[in-house]
Amino acid sequence: MTRFIVQRLAESFIVLLIMSFVIYGLIGLMPGDPIDLMITADPKLTPEDQARLRALYGLDKPIVERYFNWLSAAASGDLGYSRVHARPVLDILLPALGNTVWLMGLSFVLALVIAMPAGIAAALRPQSASDNAINLLAFAGISIPPFWLAILLIILFAVVLGWLPAGGMGEPGLASKLQHLALPVVTLTLVTVGGIVRFVRAAMMEALRQDYVRTARAKGLSARRVVLGHVLRNAMIPVVTILALNFGALFSGALITETMFGWLGMGKTIYDSILGNDFNLALVGLLFATLTTLLANLLADVTYAWLDPRISYK
Amino acid sequence: MSQAPKYELAAEAAYAQGPPQSVGRVLWRRFLKHRLALGSLIALVLLVLAALAAPLAEAVSGLDANKVDLLGRFLPPTAEHWLGTDELGRDLLLRLLYGGQVSLLAGLAAALCSAVIGTALGLLAGYYGGSLDAFLMRLADGVIALPLLPLLIVLAAVDLTKLGLPEAVATSEDVSFYRIVILISIVGWTTVARLVRGATLSMCSREFVRAAEALGAGGPRIMLVHILPNVVSPIIVATTLSVGNIILLESVLSFLGLGIQPPIASWGNMLTGAQELIWSDPALAVWPGLLIFVTVIAFNFLGDGLQDALDPRAIQE
Repeated sequence: MTRFIVQRLAESFIVLLIMSFVIYGLIGLMPGDPIDLMITADPKLTPEDQARLRALYGLDKPIVERYFNWLSAAASGDLGYSRVHARPVLDILLPALGNTVWLMGLSFVLALVIAMPAGIAAALRPQSASDNAINLLAFAGISIPPFWLAILLIILFAVVLGWLPAGGMGEPGLASKLQHLALPVVTLTLVTVGGIVRFVRAAMMEALRQDYVRTARAKGLSARRVVLGHVLRNAMIPVVTILALNFGALFSGALITETMFGWLGMGKTIYDSILGNDFNLALVGLLFATLTTLLANLLADVTYAWLDPRISYK
Repeated sequence: MSQAPKYELAAEAAYAQGPPQSVGRVLWRRFLKHRLALGSLIALVLLVLAALAAPLAEAVSGLDANKVDLLGRFLPPTAEHWLGTDELGRDLLLRLLYGGQVSLLAGLAAALCSAVIGTALGLLAGYYGGSLDAFLMRLADGVIALPLLPLLIVLAAVDLTKLGLPEAVATSEDVSFYRIVILISIVGWTTVARLVRGATLSMCSREFVRAAEALGAGGPRIMLVHILPNVVSPIIVATTLSVGNIILLESVLSFLGLGIQPPIASWGNMLTGAQELIWSDPALAVWPGLLIFVTVIAFNFLGDGLQDALDPRAIQE
């Protein structure tokens, strides 16, 4: 097991390295470069000044050389400065990461609390009215555009009813934070819960078909013990894996939600930095997002091996 | 001799109950039973017809979808403007119809491209196996594992002139449409590729494929003539289900200002300014989103119904 984890960690690290090069190259392809922005800010720069600045920042060198310069600086802990915020990128990304953990964590827990009972209930009575209703709602959740749901919730709760703020971070303090988190969390929960319900339902149906369930029923166990002890435990193995694999999708949802509600998390920071030509911040932010997603995938594999004793990793 | 015939096999008994029905009819009957899918199909046909009728509606009403009328902004629904006008005084209904053309076409085109790429790679991986298979499947895993939306945003922000495209092409109006179709295809091929690979693997050991090999058929012929027709149904289901997701993704990117660019209307970019308008005219924020929602959910129901109809495990009922 340890060897398996080490091997997967090494693989993730290689993927991260490849992605860092790809993202570095892509960011170089975005419109404008730092010197262009300086020229716009100060039209008096002569062409000689521009050439000097390019040489000073190393922008006259080929992309591969620039990438390795950046990589060695990053490896020694220097991730660079944000152009817009004029602060080290980590000073901006770490608080943003905290805000995203609040948003994603609360939504994830809320989605699980709704999805588990709903998925189990649907699987136990297939084709019943309650199954059909749950299925319909799950499809609605999967199909709704997240930004439109956010707009509808703002119209209802902020404009018409006036109960909740339409966006922003609020004042320091837990009450204000939760108040400002309410609509973003509800949005992100509603767009993710449908998929989880369908996973849980499918996994439960699959487990219900197994022979050991018939055996458990035949030896006279109560329906409750069969469902909780035999079906649910086995159905959870694929569900846990899919939940961890879905981290990337959850992050994409968080990006939209944060942007809609002005919640200063990782997603909004990355989006703003890309649109605002904040190259360093965009680069490090994207790598952060990639790294966490890769770790979530690793977690998926490890929990799968841990939960299912039939799987052995030499 | 008036003894009733005895049927030895279940298949014979089934045959005796009536002539066999063609596969197409059985599938169609099973599809009809799925009322949600049928309703969705009808809704989608109506939506497509309405979107295609946009020029006709323009001609009949005498309005121009792109005519800015600053004195007639935010009009409520009237006899002339059935759904009112937007923040620039343009007729909302006509813009919705033209936006529908773009959103539907982008969704279908990207789904089709993804399906073609995925089918080709899946066939190659499944048939040839080995290191090609390992490489393609690792690539698919990698694409699925990444945080797609932020990466798509970077890809959508790339300056095409820096890629060596001529200025005239990179700045033309249509380029945002092709760009989004290509971007989504780059990330969208994985589902179909995995399904086709799995199906191809199981086909490779079947007698008819072995027979074709023994007769000397080459790899491309076996893949296209013998395997492909047998893996069509999972491709159809996966592609139908992906259209909804792709329309959703297109609308998100267009909404964020990185997909279809104005003045071309798409349901996503019609909502870009809507967040500022919810205080003055919430209806503008409701209509385009509602159409995206209806279209996406219809494609999902349709895919779900097709899955049930085409699933061979469901035949016994």
